[in-house]
Amino acid sequence: MDPIAAKQPRDMKKSAKVSRSFLLKLELRSHPTLLCVIRGALQPLMEMLGFSPEHNREIIRAVDEAVANIMRHSYQGRLDQPIEVYCNRLQRRTNGEIEQGVEVLLFDCGPAVDTTKLEARPLDEVRPGGLGLHIIRGSMDTVQYKRAGRLNRLRLVKFARSSKGGCGSTEEKSS
Amino acid sequence: MKISTRRIDKATILDVTGNIDMSNSPEVRKALLHEIREKGVTRVALNLTGVGYIDSSGVASLVEGLKASRESGSRFVLFGLSDSAREVLKISRLLKLFEVYDNEAQAIAS
Repeated sequence: MDPIAAKQPRDMKKSAKVSRSFLLKLELRSHPTLLCVIRGALQPLMEMLGFSPEHNREIIRAVDEAVANIMRHSYQGRLDQPIEVYCNRLQRRTNGEIEQGVEVLLFDCGPAVDTTKLEARPLDEVRPGGLGLHIIRGSMDTVQYKRAGRLNRLRLVKFARSSKGGCGSTEEKSS
Repeated sequence: MKISTRRIDKATILDVTGNIDMSNSPEVRKALLHEIREKGVTRVALNLTGVGYIDSSGVASLVEGLKASRESGSRFVLFGLSDSAREVLKISRLLKLFEVYDNEAQAIAS
């Protein structure tokens, strides 16, 4: 076995410390046929959290695209690499009302991402490819990339009644 | 995911069932380009009635089909889009680029 690959599960254990308490944890390999498993797991969870069908589809779409990007870019098509997905419940208070939300954390052991390449391509170019980042950003309220030790961490946040980008100055609290 | 092909008048209809994502979008691309480039079909209609989910790689396959049809002078139309499929095309600002119809009758008559 590749000695680097042998160390990956141990590195992944660190991600659990980062993720606090979580509602759902998925561990999977970087095989594209597993994307449907993630979508299938997220749908009832987001329904349980009270998201509308439209927001549910947005969250699932964003997570699916993010995991596909990990498979394609971080692991460059290798099929046996580890990916972890954590889902946490979030709350925030906006104008005296409590809004429910979800935080999705994705971890992979690929090389650090060059953040200068995280710009979505202009959409006025009619060509295939490069839409994933745009879809992720257009679907979620918060999209944050961070290098955490030897792991890539992508944090996606969506609130049930939010309008995109509207949670920047409000308090987020995990429950 | 399954893809089947049938012919009505001068149009070829590709019926897709299942979800289109990174694991199978190359099959959609291959089927589209086979009809448009290799068989030289003048009108291709993609039936997405049975597709609940389509990701960006699936959208990329549709864009390739559209570009191939423009290059070959044929028509490429979509019909039966789910909410999810319509949303992903909209967020990609590609919805207006495609000829989209509600059902097969409209797609064939267009």
